[in-house]
Amino acid sequence: MTRAPLSLKLAALAGFAFLHIPLLFILLYAFTTEERSYAFPPPGYTLKWFAVVWERADIWAAVGLSLRVATLATLIALVLGTLAAGALARAKFFGREPISLLFVLPIALPGIVTGIALRQAFGLMEIPFSFWTIVLGHATFCIVVVYNNAVARLRRLSPSLIEASMDLGADAFQTFRLVVLPNVGTALLAGSMLAFALSFDEVIVTTFTAGQQSTLPIWMLSELIRPRQRPVTNVVAVLVIAVTFLPILAAYYLTREGEAVAGSGK
Amino acid sequence: MHANIDPALAIAAVRFAGVVRHFGAVKAVDGVDLSILPGEFFAMLGPSGSGKTTCLRLIAGFEQPDAGHIEIFGEKVEGLPPYRRAVNTVFQDYALFPHLSVGDNVAYGLRVRGVGRAERDKQAREALAMVKLTGMESRRPAQLSGGQRQRVALARALIVRPKVLLLDEPLGALDLKLREEMQLELKGLQRTLGLSFVFVTHDQGEALSMADRVAVFNEGRIVQVGPPEEVYERPRTRFVAGFVGSANVLSAAEAQALGAPARPSSLRPEKIALMSAGASAPTGAVVLDAAIVDVSYQGPVRRITARTPGGLVLVAAVPAGQAGAIERGGPVRLAVRSDALQPMESEE
Repeated sequence: MTRAPLSLKLAALAGFAFLHIPLLFILLYAFTTEERSYAFPPPGYTLKWFAVVWERADIWAAVGLSLRVATLATLIALVLGTLAAGALARAKFFGREPISLLFVLPIALPGIVTGIALRQAFGLMEIPFSFWTIVLGHATFCIVVVYNNAVARLRRLSPSLIEASMDLGADAFQTFRLVVLPNVGTALLAGSMLAFALSFDEVIVTTFTAGQQSTLPIWMLSELIRPRQRPVTNVVAVLVIAVTFLPILAAYYLTREGEAVAGSGK
Repeated sequence: MHANIDPALAIAAVRFAGVVRHFGAVKAVDGVDLSILPGEFFAMLGPSGSGKTTCLRLIAGFEQPDAGHIEIFGEKVEGLPPYRRAVNTVFQDYALFPHLSVGDNVAYGLRVRGVGRAERDKQAREALAMVKLTGMESRRPAQLSGGQRQRVALARALIVRPKVLLLDEPLGALDLKLREEMQLELKGLQRTLGLSFVFVTHDQGEALSMADRVAVFNEGRIVQVGPPEEVYERPRTRFVAGFVGSANVLSAAEAQALGAPARPSSLRPEKIALMSAGASAPTGAVVLDAAIVDVSYQGPVRRITARTPGGLVLVAAVPAGQAGAIERGGPVRLAVRSDALQPMESEE
């Protein structure tokens, strides 16, 4: 193993700092006593904003909505993404490549395009904007994450495992439950966690597909414009970091372990 | 030996009638008729892409024929999924379930049949004992050597008591020594169980040494089927002569020149004798003076490639000790008995 030169290490460190120091500021200003501007250093430290957040009903409504949207979008993505992965992982048919591309497209497209497209589609179909239109909007990109995770794991799974199961007397359902699911389970869990995290902090698509509801990120955006009780947004941001960071960390460890699982029967 | 039963009298363990399986334009199996007898060790031998593995998969039910009929012990099985067939497969990559212990792998077939935990653990232990893996139940497949995985795959397939066991190049991944050991063991297991084993291989040595009968595949068809001696001694085509062992293939005219009927013929290298100078020709043999083109030492034998003045190139295999003063470019005198030439049905 060769050692990296000092300059490269410094550059890496600088990049790392650039990415993560802003997060520290968010954390810092969650405790500041100054509520109108972000002066540095903060004139004093307090825990009162946590108490304020605790008592604001509008925050909890937004948190509740975001959690419900993320959960439902993830569930939809889990079912549809897994089914799509199952169909596209191995089978060869005319149009397979374009279809897999179309599947992944929603995550590659700018959110604003997806948002406008969905808004116009809902408008044309005369579907009123509601909780469900947000869920559908989020499901479009959540499916991609689940699909990508599932398809990668399914491709690593030796096809003869499925044949061996059927050969030994298991029907398709038993094979799915006893062989496929245990081998792709962690990938599905990882995919759902990523999907959940994506949905939880989504702004752009939500803006175009929501009616009067405001999800947590939308609430934060509107809160920033107002000069009152600024640290409240910081406290909420800290909570959001915690809520999204943990599943992503878990997803990372789950897929890392998974590499040793599938296909090691060879 | 079961192979001596008249195929017309017994109910075949597996019967193919005009079976065809195409993949797009590729004729993987192109009109195969065969019948495999109960208790027979049947080898399907051929190069890759010759259709032998597809035939195995057709028996297992992973493929369905495009035309023709397949019967297993008299029952038509077209359209039946793999889990409704009384045959089991030992896969080339063994296909052990990586998330299950060795014991649970072996017991899998019982589990999906609803057998209780205690009973299937007991049977799994017995099956593992049969393949000499006593006490390995709690290991993971990843912790086993190639030879051990092979045995687990065998135990897993046999525990559900198949009527026919299918083996897809089961020894391909093993090293030579282990391979020879497993050959003997498989053969012994097959004799003890009295099961039909259908064995796919591209290794002619393996097929000849283990099988009661060998079917030689080429381009989706069976070119020749019979006991190993027959296939080796009397190859019907140039392909069989060349694929099963090695052979000199002679045109009709060349055969006639050696005193045999004017038919395309094969001649095994070991049937050509080396004559010492001054010795008289054995009766019924034609003596050829030739120049040595190449000599290669192969342990027990030496292979001599020689060319006669008439341009006929022959490969002879002579016992290594006998080929004393032989060197490239030197003269050699070969004796060929005309009855060593085997007429073939076609020169292809």
